[in-house]
Amino acid sequence: MKQWLVVRPPQIPISFHLDRRVPHIMVGLVLATLVAMVLSVGQGEYPVPPLDVIKTILGLETSNPDFDFIVMTLRLPRTLVAWGVGMGLAIAGTITQGITRNPLASPDIIGVSDGASLTAVTLIVLYPELPTALIPLVAFGGAFTVAVLIYLLAWKGGSSSVRLILVGVGFSLIAGALTNLMVTFGNIYNVSQALVWLAGSVYGRGWEQLGVFVPWLIGFGLLGWLMSRELNALQLGDEVARSLGSRLELQRSLLLLSGVALAGSAIATAGNLRFVGLMAPHLGRQLVGPSHEGLLPVAALTGGFVVVVADLLGRLLFAPIELPCGIITAIVGAPYFLYLLIRDRNS
Amino acid sequence: MITDTPAYALTTRKLTLAYEGKVVIESLDLAIPTGQITILVGPNGCGKSTLLKGLGRLLKPKQGVVYLGSESIAKLSTKAIAKRLGLLPQGPTAPEGLTVRDLVAQGRYPHQGWLQQWSKEDEQQVNWALSITQMIEFAHCALDNLSGGQRQRAWIAMTLAQDTDILLLDEPTTYLDLAHQIEVLDLLHDLNQQQGKTIVMVLHDLNLACRFGDYLVAIKGGSIFDQGQPKQVMTETMVQNVFGLESRIINDPVANTPLCIPISRRSSGTVRVGHQS
Repeated sequence: MKQWLVVRPPQIPISFHLDRRVPHIMVGLVLATLVAMVLSVGQGEYPVPPLDVIKTILGLETSNPDFDFIVMTLRLPRTLVAWGVGMGLAIAGTITQGITRNPLASPDIIGVSDGASLTAVTLIVLYPELPTALIPLVAFGGAFTVAVLIYLLAWKGGSSSVRLILVGVGFSLIAGALTNLMVTFGNIYNVSQALVWLAGSVYGRGWEQLGVFVPWLIGFGLLGWLMSRELNALQLGDEVARSLGSRLELQRSLLLLSGVALAGSAIATAGNLRFVGLMAPHLGRQLVGPSHEGLLPVAALTGGFVVVVADLLGRLLFAPIELPCGIITAIVGAPYFLYLLIRDRNS
Repeated sequence: MITDTPAYALTTRKLTLAYEGKVVIESLDLAIPTGQITILVGPNGCGKSTLLKGLGRLLKPKQGVVYLGSESIAKLSTKAIAKRLGLLPQGPTAPEGLTVRDLVAQGRYPHQGWLQQWSKEDEQQVNWALSITQMIEFAHCALDNLSGGQRQRAWIAMTLAQDTDILLLDEPTTYLDLAHQIEVLDLLHDLNQQQGKTIVMVLHDLNLACRFGDYLVAIKGGSIFDQGQPKQVMTETMVQNVFGLESRIINDPVANTPLCIPISRRSSGTVRVGHQS
């Protein structure tokens, strides 16, 4: 009978409810992620034992003085970037699926991510001298442009699932072609940088990139989460949402803005990591149901976990060769997408 | 509580509604009596659903005004309207896995704020809505796993949790078998009788409309053909004019309301009552 956890302290005028599975699952996901992170930081050409990883992170003395550099400078920021990017993409996907009421609409499926890739690659290839802190902003611009175009072309006349995806695939292809154009004619050094980045990788990401990305993640992630109630209303359809008193256009614009900003900044940081934004919300819904106040954080932690593990697997599977984690997420995600498509057709 | 209850819960004056330039309802004057069940009937495409959307501010009038009580609906905030008027569109859909309780709790949306998202009052109102619709035992079930009638009751419970004096429903009985249709209409009748709710709904079944409606509005081509009590409105002439169908109106032996018997090609040639041979 107890389906909800109700928080209603008598002293402060705050009240809300959560699916009661949410806290346990969040704790479980955080623990699983921490384990994966410790393994990930320990893994590499120069292995560090898990216990020493933990000691180093906690600032304790270890047997080897090199560990500090390997862990704190080379590997920890990288895995933290993977975690953050996974969370950002997952939140973006959850928001996109929520406002479109389309379980297949995640930024990477509907072309928003490719818009971000295109502008970011353009910046890297044509203006390599500009500071990297600009990349998120530029990627956001690309993502936003595609989002607006999709809204105008596919969404206004009723948001049919198939139409949204078809138009999105069209934009994906256009943006992909233009990105190829950049890569083909650009300066070879800049292009090779762009290519590694394009495959979706956290290779070589450090504290600096993390510092640029985290404000976007926290700011827009929090905005999205604070608007959970609006997302829940929007999920019931435009007419029901408006009958309930939702200021539909405003809410939807704000949510779209947060989704696009999260996708754009995540892609700017780690390239186009495909299918994370699609999978994480589905896994999250299976864990805690479709109410966003619980779904958003759970999907975020799921997405973070997935990318951390993908990055670990990418380095483990064919070591010493390193696969970009975007390839791992695509190998797992593409069949999942097909499965969702088939299931959607049957229902 | 509004002490001075107006005689008409909703009024339209010269209301014109259009979809992308195509006029559906033209210069329509209508008054919905407070505390009664008003039923809009008419053929497909006559504009009855559009009118309901106009009454519920889902469709902005091209011209004319809708008054909620004595206030123009265009001048009220959408949240303020949502506290006084609930609307259930036709065939609403919920995301997979949403439970009945999750859905019904959504009805509290207009009463909640950033900080107060689940007050005691919200909880009480949701529990009341679940119990009056007899959905308590299904509260934790996912909507996808319910029968059509139960699902419709869950949606009605959501609009009830909204705690409004006025309920607008667009074909609340579509896709339901006859037993479930009666179940839903009986529930609405009880709500009208016991809670004094003003109910406006679109119904396709003329006989159920006569049985459950206090006030009938027959719409044809975007304007009102006739309105009043079912006994006055439901005539053979009305059915002929509005639906283009020949019929006989007899007395419903159960409810003592008009009963429309359509005449079809199949029946008209063989007017034999007690056929033997």
